[in-house]
Amino acid sequence: MFEKIKEFASEFFVTGDPLIYGADVGIALTLISIVVVLTYFKRWGWLWREWLTSVDHKKIGIMYIIASLLMLFRGGVDALLMRTQLAMPDMQFLEPEHYNQIFTTHGVIMILFMAMPLMFGLFNIVIPLQIGARDVAYPFLNSLSFWLFFWGAMLFNMSFVIGGSPNAGWLAYPPLSELSHSPGVGQDFYIWGIQISGIGSLMTGINFIVTILKMRAPGMKLMKMPMFTWSTLSSCITIIFAFPILTVTLALLFLDRYLGAHFFTLDGGGNPMMYINLIWMWGHPEVYIVVLPAFGIFSEIVSTFSRKKLFGYKSMVFALMSISFFSFFTWAHHFFTMGSGANVNAFFAITTMIIAIPTGVKVFNWLFTMFRGRISYKSPMLWTMGFIPCFVVGGMTGVLLSVAPADFQFHNSYFLIAHFHQVLIGGVAFGYFAGLYYWWPKMFGFKLNEKLGKWAFWLWNIGFYVCFMPQYFLGLDGMTRRVSSYGWDMGWGPLNLVSTIGGFLMGIGFLFQVWQIAHSIKFMERDTTGDPWNGRTLEWSIPSPAPVYNFATLPQATEQDAWWEEKQRREQGQKPAAQPPLEPIHMPRNSGIPFIKSFCWFVAGFGFVFDWLWIAIPGLAGVAICMLIRSFTYNTDYYIPVDEIKRTEAALRGSV
Amino acid sequence: MKMPTKWKRLTALATMVLTTALLSGCSNMMVLDPKGPIGAQQRDLILISSILCAVILVPVLIMTFVIAWRYRDKPGNKSKYTPKWEHSTKLETIWWGIPIVIIGILAVITVRYTYATEPSKPLESANETMVIQVTSLDWKWLFQYPEQDIATVNYLQFPANVPIRFELTSDAPMNSFWIPQLGGQMYTMSGMAMKLHLQADEPGSFFGSGANFTGREFGKMNFEAKATTQEEFDAWVKQIKSESPALTLEGYSKLAEQGVTHEQSFSSFPEGLFNKIVNKYASSHQHGAKTEASTDKQEKSEKDAEAADSTADGQEGHDANHAGH
Amino acid sequence: METTFLGRKRKRLEAAHADIGGHSAGGSHDEHHDHESLKTFGFWIFLITDCILFGTLFATYIVLRGNTNGGPTAEELFQMPGVIASTFILLTSSFTSGLAVLSMNRGNVKGLIGWLAVTALLGASFITLEITEFVHMVQAENATIGTSAFLSAFYTLVGTHGLHVSLGLVWMVALMIQLARHGITAVTKRKVNVISLYWHFLDVVWIFVFTIVYMMGVM
Repeated sequence: MFEKIKEFASEFFVTGDPLIYGADVGIALTLISIVVVLTYFKRWGWLWREWLTSVDHKKIGIMYIIASLLMLFRGGVDALLMRTQLAMPDMQFLEPEHYNQIFTTHGVIMILFMAMPLMFGLFNIVIPLQIGARDVAYPFLNSLSFWLFFWGAMLFNMSFVIGGSPNAGWLAYPPLSELSHSPGVGQDFYIWGIQISGIGSLMTGINFIVTILKMRAPGMKLMKMPMFTWSTLSSCITIIFAFPILTVTLALLFLDRYLGAHFFTLDGGGNPMMYINLIWMWGHPEVYIVVLPAFGIFSEIVSTFSRKKLFGYKSMVFALMSISFFSFFTWAHHFFTMGSGANVNAFFAITTMIIAIPTGVKVFNWLFTMFRGRISYKSPMLWTMGFIPCFVVGGMTGVLLSVAPADFQFHNSYFLIAHFHQVLIGGVAFGYFAGLYYWWPKMFGFKLNEKLGKWAFWLWNIGFYVCFMPQYFLGLDGMTRRVSSYGWDMGWGPLNLVSTIGGFLMGIGFLFQVWQIAHSIKFMERDTTGDPWNGRTLEWSIPSPAPVYNFATLPQATEQDAWWEEKQRREQGQKPAAQPPLEPIHMPRNSGIPFIKSFCWFVAGFGFVFDWLWIAIPGLAGVAICMLIRSFTYNTDYYIPVDEIKRTEAALRGSV
Repeated sequence: MKMPTKWKRLTALATMVLTTALLSGCSNMMVLDPKGPIGAQQRDLILISSILCAVILVPVLIMTFVIAWRYRDKPGNKSKYTPKWEHSTKLETIWWGIPIVIIGILAVITVRYTYATEPSKPLESANETMVIQVTSLDWKWLFQYPEQDIATVNYLQFPANVPIRFELTSDAPMNSFWIPQLGGQMYTMSGMAMKLHLQADEPGSFFGSGANFTGREFGKMNFEAKATTQEEFDAWVKQIKSESPALTLEGYSKLAEQGVTHEQSFSSFPEGLFNKIVNKYASSHQHGAKTEASTDKQEKSEKDAEAADSTADGQEGHDANHAGH
Repeated sequence: METTFLGRKRKRLEAAHADIGGHSAGGSHDEHHDHESLKTFGFWIFLITDCILFGTLFATYIVLRGNTNGGPTAEELFQMPGVIASTFILLTSSFTSGLAVLSMNRGNVKGLIGWLAVTALLGASFITLEITEFVHMVQAENATIGTSAFLSAFYTLVGTHGLHVSLGLVWMVALMIQLARHGITAVTKRKVNVISLYWHFLDVVWIFVFTIVYMMGVM
């Protein structure tokens, strides 16, 4: 009996590597300390009432951001482990098997569990405030989206300590990801982790489309919307067209592995190439999904910190929409080398190049927003200035990659790795950092320390170039991605060492950001104005952090930069008209169902991973029960009485 | 102002890194130092497209730094400030126009090269094309020489100045066959026989690799691709014929098992082994390339009695055609 | 006072209040109406995503339908009489769900629940027929999801539609209970409209399944 348990445990828990034991201890200690702290300060009830069951978009946004920063930490550690292994030829730091797991989880986590939630976090915090709404269209669904993401991410990360991590690459090409070549449970963790959080992403897409189309402040025509709202809309439209493809693709892979179906298997008539097509039909739009909102963030920041209206508004909108449209017609450029023939390759080469046009136009428009402006280099603007050169170079190497015959030489090499890290770090990560610094005071009511922020910025920026510029040359020198080591005779050693140093510089940059946040929580002054950057859009017209109902009376927004124009009028001495009388505000009630239902999904997913139906079926039953309970609940909202609004407003604005 | 010095420092650093890397490496980076016609065309294309991109890139970068410096918020900055200026049809037309023109030019060049370097297109040469059949396995390469009736593992030798038609398939997850100095890579996919035409213009030893991830030991799938004179190649074939063991079907199944291996050579291989490997999975796919390759093989077997293909193989290939349609 | 500027064009503001809906606590009735129409709009967008889900499955089926791996082909497997019967049943259920909505618009709760019950019964018989078909295929023809790529794609596509119908059934029963409890209100009205939309959508999908899978399979 004991032997059996021991045997089971040795397979169930990941064993063998001292690194993993170390991490296990770390995770256990963290969990225990969280439990102890919550119990000691009697905060469990507070946690449940104020956060876990909250349907407030601002709180959900903050939870998204916290989760994504944790994931950034994990993905970053993965990256540094890889860079350490590659620092010198013939390194013995990581076994090939372990290395394969690490680059797989690094990719999945950075795209799906870091970039996506950070993006959703910013959507949540900013969009309702920016369009003058009191919440998103479906607050309950919003909470459900978050918890699905959260438990999906937890399921995926669990593979680190239980069962073993996936190791077939971040897109898990079959037949490598099939049962025949990946018999372990790692690949099942991959499928279920992504599937569960992916459903959440899809629902967020729907939620924000409706929010933006239907809940804008009176007077805010589509062509008067702030650019970040536009970019969110284009990103969400891309989500609703792309994510169902991912859902199906992963479901089919699951059927292959679980029921022995033959979609992508080598035998039985399966077609692995179809998976590669399908996954990129989602995967390519996915990178635009994450980069479009970054474009929106930059547009807001460039305009605010240049104290000038955004240049070429219509061009910008058109560029956003055409990028999200064309993103669906470029997927085959990820496998020009599949031998589909010259016609196919030429077609996809051209569609890919076309995307460079609107993207380039955006850069020009940002530059001409700065032109004849007055640019102040606060943190958000600094990141934007880091972004422009980085993204322009990354975009250009992207154009090089789109030249199909040349891609035969770039494909699968470090040239490609350098390219997509340049657009994803330079574009997406820098963009979201800029957004985080920009809207941080709106979220928490204080700015982040500028001095530490500058250190973080320069470390990230210099680290980035030191890390990734050498990789272009490594690629041209024939170094392929995903190799876990290389010989002395290849001559790749020096550039790899430089690259590793760059990676660690970025790591130190991240530590500075953590320090910056901790330091600012303790020492930064409260921002009492609600408008610390001299902002232009509606979110800056209310106190920070915003009250639960956001706007005591709904704003009127007839101009593009409504708040800026209002401030101009006030400066000219126009008297603001009297406030309309307050009315009771209709708000959604908190609900525990999203948390519980998502946890049930997690349980079901876990059951399917190990093929334990006795766990999976109760999990699914839990999901069904939660849905029915919700359907039968009619008491889902309440009114905030006028008195309470008056009290809240007085307290918030008393300090103005 | 601190900022400008920092910007300068960053630029200086970036330039430094770039130039050192360029000076130290570019001239002998594999992709930029091709030894064959396809590789040379791809190198030219890379350089042309880089120059075209630089036409936009350099002015934009300069503009970025100039604007960032000139319009900084600093007391006494006398440059113009126009907070409401937000639109100029003329300017916007220019920067919709310039990228469209550049991308247009690049697109034309790309399309032309795409057809010119299409991997399945035979290379023009006075010498007759030689066939090498490539199979990617977990985690090794099997090279079969149907015309010479020999086979090697993880080692490739062929005469320089002779166009080679690599026929690529896989008996394992998809890999990618890449000899950077000769030309771009091509996927090896089970159930298909893709064609890749390459040629070495001079004798030499080139680095070859499996570029697509296929699991645990995929990093060990590097191989040497050696181009020699015709005489040396013939002598090498002769030597293998006389000294190496034969590859049997059982031997192949063993070879196909997961694992790594050193270089090996075989004086012969089972008849039609390559087609067997392709057809093992052929019913899975409806890919045109496979059909063509099989037909080619049929022609070849008719033409060349010494080639490994027997009529039986031709028949199999034929069947596969049916399955494919 | 920041928000005061919001009252600058107060008249316009008030006029606009009427059509932004949802969050002005104006008339409670209007507000409910807006809330519910917001949900219906969202459901339309959900249907777009569901369209893409089915589109992907159809594409997969079309790519794989020739790969029978030596197993049974569509022609050998499909028994059209049963399929035609279930097609008629589903089409009829779409019609009866339309009748349910008409009853609702006339304010007839009993008629509404009755027609929903008929719709659900028809849906249930559709599912029963489908399950019978699957069981027959597996037991008599030994054609399982693991037999060939064609069958994997077939079971997945048709099964996904079946799963949608089954979920619709559960939902419909839940809705009938709610209607019995609450009568026709803004909320239940929206729910009925949404489910009838869903039901019509599944009907349309089935027409594609019928044409692409069954008709083209036996022809």
